[in-house]
Amino acid sequence: MSWLIVGTVPRADFSLAWGPYTVQERAIEVLGVTVNVARGTPALMATAFVAARALGIDPPEALIIGDTGSGEGSRTLYAHLVENRGRVRHVGVTFHYLMPDVVWHNKILWGLEELAERPLLVADAGFMYAAKMSGYADHYDLFTPDAGEMAFLADEIAPHPFYTRGFLLQEEAMIPELIDTAHAGANAARHLLVKGQTDYVVAGGRIVSRVSEPDTPAMEPIGGTGDTLTGLVTALLASGMEMTEACRTAALANRYLGVLANPTPAFGVAELLPFLPEALERAMRDVETSL
Amino acid sequence: MNWLRGLLSRKAPSVRGLSEKGMLLYPSTGEVIRAEEALRQSGLEVAVKGPPPDLRQGCDMVVEFSLVQEMRVREVLAERNLQPLRVAVAQDHLLEPVSLFQSKELGSYLMVRAANMKITVDRRDLRIVNVSGGGCPDVPYLAEMLVGHTLDAAPEPRSLGQTLCGYALQLAFDEARRQCLG
Repeated sequence: MSWLIVGTVPRADFSLAWGPYTVQERAIEVLGVTVNVARGTPALMATAFVAARALGIDPPEALIIGDTGSGEGSRTLYAHLVENRGRVRHVGVTFHYLMPDVVWHNKILWGLEELAERPLLVADAGFMYAAKMSGYADHYDLFTPDAGEMAFLADEIAPHPFYTRGFLLQEEAMIPELIDTAHAGANAARHLLVKGQTDYVVAGGRIVSRVSEPDTPAMEPIGGTGDTLTGLVTALLASGMEMTEACRTAALANRYLGVLANPTPAFGVAELLPFLPEALERAMRDVETSL
Repeated sequence: MNWLRGLLSRKAPSVRGLSEKGMLLYPSTGEVIRAEEALRQSGLEVAVKGPPPDLRQGCDMVVEFSLVQEMRVREVLAERNLQPLRVAVAQDHLLEPVSLFQSKELGSYLMVRAANMKITVDRRDLRIVNVSGGGCPDVPYLAEMLVGHTLDAAPEPRSLGQTLCGYALQLAFDEARRQCLG
């Protein structure tokens, strides 16, 4: 297995599972248990799986557990990962919807950094919050924040995007400045894929690419379109693609998903998945042509 | 109550001074949300805020209250079995949560954003059609519980959520209700 996805599913009764998974229409199946694909980690997993198949590579493996917000599931998963870090022989790990917890975060990061082959580290959602709060954000290879989360990364004392100071919902216009601030404060990963009206690909604090077309406004309210973007970049990185090219291709492919699916704001992510192989193919063709 | 005596014995407040507010610390954000609800129901003015950095453990919130009402606060919390881990004096460094909303009309749909959470409603039948944003693990769960319900029949996010993202969703939900139901 080339890549490991670590996250939670929105069910209290879902026990810890670590292994391969498959996607069947609107559900993922992990070790005989089925979970609907709506948003969150299941949406990331489904996207990464479909994209991996389209790329002709092994699908990722998953380490997931049920957590509906108490944090109990996340803590069980953290403990299991720390105890079994030797099982991480993957090229990379994508951390996703997990309860932010700095103590557990540090144990996991230090454990993975001690491995003989340190995997590439990607963080999104709750685990990205913990990574920033820990002060070790710059140990990560990629964060995938949205505009509000970018403001959170730039605010050196904010504990959560809810408490980000002073940006008054104007984050979109301020993204280049926020990138500079986050990088200067060592609160950003080595690379960023900032998703928004314009997607920014950032390497070492420098914007290397902007992607703003095609634009489908109905994609913004659809829960899980950020998760599909992280799923796409996960699969592209697992295929061996270079980081900035993977980010740019993922951003374009996610936008083509909107064009091909032509959604209303009431769509769900599962309705976008059938269009993913074609969206990815178009994006790869476009990026290759432009290089 | 030494801290309160200390506060009252000061001749004049310094420039930064001590806040007249106190804060209630809990081991989990779920308890913070329940404590806030209990205190509000009892007519007490409280607010949920971010803790100062030296008291932060993770995805934290604290309940801010007026120190002069501490006895009443403790009584209400004891009745509900919601005693805090600790009661502390709030200094000026309590962080303010995002308080502005952003609304966007998308055809017949209304999308309301509060902090990092968005809720989208079909104005034609007041059905919640999407919930997006956020990163805490109750977000996908809350979305499943809310999507498909109408604004007047959907469960309150605060009744199910346990994190700051859940709290932000409650604010967006309240604002969507205000705009659609008046």
